[in-house]
Amino acid sequence: MAADTPQRPVPTPIDRTRPFWDGLRERKVRIQYSPSSDTWVFYPRSHAPLTLADDLEWRDISGEGTLYTYTIARRPTAPDFAGDEPQIIAVVELDEGPRLTSTLVNVDEDKISVGMRVRPVFEDIPGSETTLLRYEPAP
Amino acid sequence: MGLRGEAAIVGIAEWKPERRPTAPPIFTLEQWAQLTREALDDAGIDPSEVDGICATNIRESDSFVPSTITEYLGIQVNFAEVVDLGGASCAAMVWRAAAAIELGLCNVVVIAAPSWPSPRPPNPPSGPSSWRYGASSANYGSPQAEFDIPYGNVAQNCGYAQIAMKYGAEYGYDPEALAKIAVDQRVSANHNPPAVFHNVPITVEDVLNSPMIADPIHMLEIVMPCSGGAAIVVAGKDVARRSKHRPAWISGFGERVLHKTPTYAKDLLSTALIPAADQAFDMAGRSRDEVDLISVYDCYTITVLMTIEDAGFCPRGEGQPFVREHDLSFRGDFPCNTHGGQLGFGQAGLAGGMSHITEGARQVMRRGGDHQVRDADVAFITGNGGLMSEQVALILEGD
Repeated sequence: MAADTPQRPVPTPIDRTRPFWDGLRERKVRIQYSPSSDTWVFYPRSHAPLTLADDLEWRDISGEGTLYTYTIARRPTAPDFAGDEPQIIAVVELDEGPRLTSTLVNVDEDKISVGMRVRPVFEDIPGSETTLLRYEPAP
Repeated sequence: MGLRGEAAIVGIAEWKPERRPTAPPIFTLEQWAQLTREALDDAGIDPSEVDGICATNIRESDSFVPSTITEYLGIQVNFAEVVDLGGASCAAMVWRAAAAIELGLCNVVVIAAPSWPSPRPPNPPSGPSSWRYGASSANYGSPQAEFDIPYGNVAQNCGYAQIAMKYGAEYGYDPEALAKIAVDQRVSANHNPPAVFHNVPITVEDVLNSPMIADPIHMLEIVMPCSGGAAIVVAGKDVARRSKHRPAWISGFGERVLHKTPTYAKDLLSTALIPAADQAFDMAGRSRDEVDLISVYDCYTITVLMTIEDAGFCPRGEGQPFVREHDLSFRGDFPCNTHGGQLGFGQAGLAGGMSHITEGARQVMRRGGDHQVRDADVAFITGNGGLMSEQVALILEGD
């Protein structure tokens, strides 16, 4: 896959979500936890989904999980991603429960299967303060 | 709970979908006026009788949409609704109109989906289009802008492919069965002159040999974007009885809205249609085997497959053998998308979703022409917005 360039869309963190992005910069996966309902939350929010409790706190996790589903986009999913195809766009289910969007790297197409174990790969985006959370097969 | 079946679709306007529009661009308000006039003419109702409208966004105004339309049309209404449920919008507008009529708020409601190109301003604003990432929002503070778009998880192909991949991992994937959906619907399109793929037959091999766009979805399993437009008139009992055609009574509906991005689905294979369809059938007092045809949202073949299952026409996970065992064309034993579906008829923006309603109504009105289903009395219709996550089910019935 071609390296990301500044032309690719990069996230613009807001105050609420900045601990997540700062965590990635430090090579840590940091997500929210709601003690009152004992649930983990992703993406970061002001209130816990469903209970709407405002007791969310940040905790570091391993970031490991399983591949919930994926696709291999043979055509760019948007003009900004031209040259990145095939894009292996994944939904990862963290061991703590929440799911997140990512892309798979360091994997042969024919070795991908729903349910496989995956682990984080931290990718610093050149020319930005952003680190993206990609995934690769766990050994 | 629910509708009494005392409001009906009585008039239809539908422009032929075109891949490359042969007529000049038309402002959305002008499309509203023309479509309204055509639909009222079709029903035999005077414009002065309109006392409700249901709209989606219009190009000429970002807000105050209903009053902008009523002012332009010169009408005054008791019911003014804007619905923002993507491909489910038109179906959602139908039950809202029926409910408003049964509440006694209004008597004649126009629902329009103007989907013809609009003229571009002479000095267009610079900057990226808001539609750059399809339905995904790149606005500041949008969760999608931060957590999905940077990974390329945008627009529709990607999400539906993820759904199809998950379906395959759970139940097994039969590419030929999925392809057959497109093929059977194309048979109906070939008997429906306005269809964009009229007289263009395809085979299962054609579908499977078309380019893979996002595994496991091939190009011929994806709708063709078009220009077009459609409108319908929904009227109460008395007006319906004196309209020109056999009314298509709205006897049941269900609506369910879950999430925007598949990543955050509670269960990607438990779609919003399951409760919506159950509610629609319960409300109408109908069973699945009383349905004469289904007219269901088909942005992709996987959408149809999961709709057949989740609406309860076969058990979950058994849709693929079901599709193989049944003829889905208008002359088959399980007529599905008898206008060709959006896969065969074309997807003219939100008018694509409307095409399932116009077709269901047309069949119940017995105006199906060359693709009429014999003795069609009960039609099951869906609207599907986002990624299977906004669902509306409707039941239309003849007298």
